[in-house]
Amino acid sequence: MSDIKLACDVAEQVRTICDKHGNNPGELINILHEAQHLHGYLPEEMQCIIASKLNIPVSKVYGVVTFYAFFTMTPKGKHPISVCMGTACYVRGSEKLLEEFKRVLGIEVGETTPDGKFSLDCLRCVGACGLAPVVMIGEKVYGRLQPIDVKKIIEELE
Amino acid sequence: MEEKQITLQIDGHFITVPEGSTILEAANKIGINIPTLCHIDLKGTCIKNTPASCRICVVEVIGRRNLAPACATRCTEGMVVKTSTLRVMNARKVVAELILSDHPNDCLTCPKCGNCELQTLALRFNIREMPFNGGELSPRKREITASIVRNMDKCIFCRRCESVCNDVQTVGALGAIRRGFNTTIAPAFDRMMTESECTYCGQCVAVCPVGALTERDYTNRLLDDLANPNKVVIVQTAPAVRAALGEEFGFPPGTLVTGKMVYALRELGFDYVFDTDFAADLTIMEEGSEILNRLTRYLNGDKSVRLPILTSCCPAWVNFFEHHFPDMLDIPSTARSPQQMFGSIAKSYWAEKMGISREKLVVVSIMPCLAKKYECDRDEFKVNGIPDVDYSISTRELARLIKRANIGFPLVLDSPFDNPMGESTGAGVIFGTTGGVMEAALRSVYEIYTGEPLQNVNFEQVRGLNGVRRATINLNGFELKVGIAHGLGNARHLLEDIRNGHNEYHVIEIMACPGGCIGGGGQPLHHGNSEVLYARANALYREDANKPLRKSHDNPYIKKLYEEYLGKPLGEISETLLHTHYFNKSMD
Repeated sequence: MSDIKLACDVAEQVRTICDKHGNNPGELINILHEAQHLHGYLPEEMQCIIASKLNIPVSKVYGVVTFYAFFTMTPKGKHPISVCMGTACYVRGSEKLLEEFKRVLGIEVGETTPDGKFSLDCLRCVGACGLAPVVMIGEKVYGRLQPIDVKKIIEELE
Repeated sequence: MEEKQITLQIDGHFITVPEGSTILEAANKIGINIPTLCHIDLKGTCIKNTPASCRICVVEVIGRRNLAPACATRCTEGMVVKTSTLRVMNARKVVAELILSDHPNDCLTCPKCGNCELQTLALRFNIREMPFNGGELSPRKREITASIVRNMDKCIFCRRCESVCNDVQTVGALGAIRRGFNTTIAPAFDRMMTESECTYCGQCVAVCPVGALTERDYTNRLLDDLANPNKVVIVQTAPAVRAALGEEFGFPPGTLVTGKMVYALRELGFDYVFDTDFAADLTIMEEGSEILNRLTRYLNGDKSVRLPILTSCCPAWVNFFEHHFPDMLDIPSTARSPQQMFGSIAKSYWAEKMGISREKLVVVSIMPCLAKKYECDRDEFKVNGIPDVDYSISTRELARLIKRANIGFPLVLDSPFDNPMGESTGAGVIFGTTGGVMEAALRSVYEIYTGEPLQNVNFEQVRGLNGVRRATINLNGFELKVGIAHGLGNARHLLEDIRNGHNEYHVIEIMACPGGCIGGGGQPLHHGNSEVLYARANALYREDANKPLRKSHDNPYIKKLYEEYLGKPLGEISETLLHTHYFNKSMD
């Protein structure tokens, strides 16, 4: 079972989302979208609630959650970091940038720092190739970054 | 209204089929065998998997640009299909080669060797090398449970197990997770099957085309015990085994090999060869008495009695209601399954009679079932940590053992069971097919309830392979309403009705596997041919018809057992040795 127990009101809100979609198994993806928007991620307990509301096996829900890269089962950090691995950013060194983020934060891609402040992910092209390599932190876009800038950015956010 | 008919041409043959038929179905009708892999459609049951995901069955449809999957393409009027052009043959071969590129190349030591559908295709397509072996095989999970072995390295993602587990059995233990090369089939949150709602029915194993899902093999342990001079090893054989074992030795489905099986078991070195059918008769004595007891109290207005009473001889079914219907644990009969009744009596009554200690006695069962392996491992069926039934081996394992021991099965003579636990009535025999337990119970309940001899012991109205069957039996004016379901999905419908207060039955029989035990997860593989199941069921009814005794309560050794040891059905000793209780295993 998940280590963090869902707050009662969150569980209730998830049930409401399911009700809103008529508890229709065909609406599973939409329900997961809304649930993740609500809570930031989709812990096991939440998937169990959705499965029981929709009267489908929880293995089905988990199958969908793990199929789509958009869905996540780990809570995102307060500052979610996404390094662009699109072609332009990649050729201009985003891999080195990613390695530096991993080193400074001490986490792998898809993980969150133990203090919950930062999480690290990759993405493909935000349409700002002129600024390559690009990193998004929250809603903010950082362009033309060098590995040397990473430490400073993290310190500023902390 | 008559179905619309469609005429098409396949490999130059004209054929007329009902509208909606697939090319595969049409081709089968005229004996053109298009190779398939992911597809399975066990006609007459609800076992069906048609994702059209493997693309092995592609054919050429004239006028269509790309190749069409025969299993999922509907016939249209005037369609011209070619099933074996060079283009088709090459495409199939490449598809098979691609599947093999992510499949371990260890056929020699694979438990499915010789019975693997992928291996058969590789042979059929003349695959002699592996052109696509550049990438590394993705390592996937392995798991060994008491019943089932899961080796996901061998999985080809046909999704048959997922369809059976979710759509047919409605257990929902197995599903596809992740994507691409990371895909695997697993319980929710990639847990172990032992931590899921798996009932160990073994239907996933029964449909797995490769070696990804197989039975836990106990034959080596058995050989060790048989070779141990300090052990007395006895065996019981379930009814459905004798109707299927012959298939592994080239006999047509439905051949009864009871006598040969007993001979082979003696050759293997068992000290005594007994019959689970004896315990099936015993089950009827206990369960039948329970039915009568509950019914009488109910009719006398006892409000504490809940009906219907459900049979409890199927261990996967027991697991299912423990997981999914924990609020209804008081409805099923408390009678143990025949396997467990046998073990319990063998290690008490018989062992005492023979002067054999519990430690020295090994009770083995031959079962058509994989859940039986789990059942005999349940703690409540152990005394001082020693199980009543030490382990259970499936029909398939027995066949392998007979081959390994070099016993010329087709030629061996018939041999009779040993007594006292080898004598059985026809009622015990039909336990192996859906409706059989109900019919066996009715034969005894009728005579005991009415006090009159039953003229015709055949209750045709409870036979057949329909998923849910209902019948009304006239017991001298009282209308006994009975229901029969096989396949856990059908059972779920009945249970949900009862939970919602819509119950029309007094007694219900439930078997987890489609067809009952004859279609069990431990039986020779049917490879999607439901004729095999019909033939096995008919064989059991034939054996029943040929028995001098057809009613459980007429079994002389059962009578003797009650006189010498148990006292009476539902008596104190019977309650201890032959009844059980159930647990809430809900995951919520």
